[in-house]
Amino acid sequence: MSDDGRITHVAGTGVPVRGNDIDTDRIIPARYLREITFETLGPHAFEDDRKQLNGKHPFDDARFEGASVLVVNRNFGSGSSREHAPQALMRGGIKAIVGESFAEIFFGNCTTIGIPCLTLPATQIESLQSLIEEAPETALEIDVGSGTITAGQATYQAELPASVREAFVSGEWDALSSLLESDDAISAVHDRLPYITGWPAR
Amino acid sequence: MGQTLLDKVWDAHTVRELPNGQTQLFIGLHLVHEVTSPQAFQMLAERGLSVRYPDLTFATVDHIIPTDESTRPYVDGMAEQMFVAIEQNVEQTGIPFFDRSTGRQGIVHVIGPELGLTQPGMTIACGDSHTSTHGAFGAIAFGIGTSQVRDVLATQTISVAKPQCRRITVNGKLADGVFAKDVILAIIGRLGVQGGVGFAYEYAGDVFDAMSMDERMTVCNMSIEGGARVGYVNPDATAFDYLQGREYSPKGEEFDSARQWWTDVASDGDAAYDDEVKIEGESIAPMVTWGVNPGQVVGVDDLIPSPEDVEGLDRRSIQDALDHMKLAPGAPIAGTPIDVAFVGSCTNSRISDLREAARVAEGGRVPAHVKALVVPGSQQVKTEAEAEGLDDIFRAAGFEWRDAGCSMCLAMNPDKLVNDQVCASSSNRNFKGRQGSPLGRTLLMSPAMVAAAAVAGEVTDVRAMAAG
Repeated sequence: MSDDGRITHVAGTGVPVRGNDIDTDRIIPARYLREITFETLGPHAFEDDRKQLNGKHPFDDARFEGASVLVVNRNFGSGSSREHAPQALMRGGIKAIVGESFAEIFFGNCTTIGIPCLTLPATQIESLQSLIEEAPETALEIDVGSGTITAGQATYQAELPASVREAFVSGEWDALSSLLESDDAISAVHDRLPYITGWPAR
Repeated sequence: MGQTLLDKVWDAHTVRELPNGQTQLFIGLHLVHEVTSPQAFQMLAERGLSVRYPDLTFATVDHIIPTDESTRPYVDGMAEQMFVAIEQNVEQTGIPFFDRSTGRQGIVHVIGPELGLTQPGMTIACGDSHTSTHGAFGAIAFGIGTSQVRDVLATQTISVAKPQCRRITVNGKLADGVFAKDVILAIIGRLGVQGGVGFAYEYAGDVFDAMSMDERMTVCNMSIEGGARVGYVNPDATAFDYLQGREYSPKGEEFDSARQWWTDVASDGDAAYDDEVKIEGESIAPMVTWGVNPGQVVGVDDLIPSPEDVEGLDRRSIQDALDHMKLAPGAPIAGTPIDVAFVGSCTNSRISDLREAARVAEGGRVPAHVKALVVPGSQQVKTEAEAEGLDDIFRAAGFEWRDAGCSMCLAMNPDKLVNDQVCASSSNRNFKGRQGSPLGRTLLMSPAMVAAAAVAGEVTDVRAMAAG
């Protein structure tokens, strides 16, 4: 990320986490929602899956240590709206996610905290995951503006909705500053809603 | 061409189109609970911002609250810390707060409607994915993340893309023993857990027309389990009757004025939809999940599917689910032994849910090896149930009777599964680890089916019990 918040490129190595419908309870179990801060979440991403795999989960595999790009399958991040899920990934070093598809609230939460989520067709996800598994040291580079992902000699053309792409490239992925600009327009909507200002007598 | 309710509510609440291509949407009602809000208040303070409309946000405590302990400070130090945080935050910002001392505390998606805060034509947001529940009244209601909770507190707006609209029509009549929970599980089973991404679901047809508000809330609640962030039913006389006389509902002539506005906000007869799905009510059986997401579901008289039935990654998904659930492919789901039975959650903890469960439990006896608990959705639901004697019925049948909260739906409080226990649950998610034990196994079903399973000690067809 540049100083002005623009996110145009993400570079680093990758980590594949295979499986469809990996929900946010699996990304960060609810017991970690008991903290009143996000700061300590990083080490706990995928904690229960990791325990059950006894060190065989990609997040425990030394070959993928320090990875910045998470590569997943279909409907990643389904379920709970907990922002703790992308916060845990981000604090664990993940800067971008490439997947076949994402759940809606998770996708929005990622955008708001500056993690681009790009999509590729299933066969190309499989190819990218296999490539990373075979050569974990492969340097990945994501051009957020164009959606081009370079992985060693291979390239992939990923998709990102135009509005979201624009938000990253312009540095306005955290919408709050834009929202704050509409002060008068907010008041105008507030003042025209009868359930707020009072129902007219009939 | 007419407009859908989604179109009308969207237009009425649009502040402007943002440079990022999304809509800046005004949020008419913001609900806050203890778990996803402390970081939002912190972010607000860090940026030196105040709460723009404190009278449009209402707070309660539900997620982490113990249901078997009411004395402060709580034994659970982290719960206590979370309570202190929300108490300080509402105190400093002037947000109305329904804690236990008010008699109006409860699960945020139970108390909003119960207090008359939730009304047709509103936009509603809450840092909880089951906010879609409020769509039962013809509101457009979103689950949001914590940064968006911050946005609503600071500006009363969010940046959001307008969804497409899919009308799901269920005509005909439901058989006895088939409930709202079965309808939404059948819909998710058919359209999948991702089928609704990018869509709002409009539920239409005879079956929803005939439902009570409690039942419509159960359906809209689980829209998100089908991938749809928003689900709604067009407001009608059933909704208006429900709202009559509630604490925050308009009164007298104002109610008549509101009723006209609410009527007008419903979808027009000639509205266009981006997609249409039709299901026959008679085709729906009592449903039970067998896997690790709500789309992995069958009728109680069906067989558990086999990985051989499908190909590729779907095959792996089924195998993975069966491995976790320790269930055999091709076996009947009925007869699966259970260890725990849970009646509760924002999906099914309202008075009508408790009545249905009590009707089945009455005269039965939960076997000694089964732990069964009933957790009312709110203090008001609890009071009403006790006035009807439902607590006595449950206790006599061997159920524990608890205080209001989210409890074993997500197990942030001491109510948790242990090891690989199997839980018949009226909640909304059967994800791995959801009920507090990484190895725990959840079977989602209606409250009546949970009560039947509790008494029988195994998954059983509530229709047979009713007939027998």
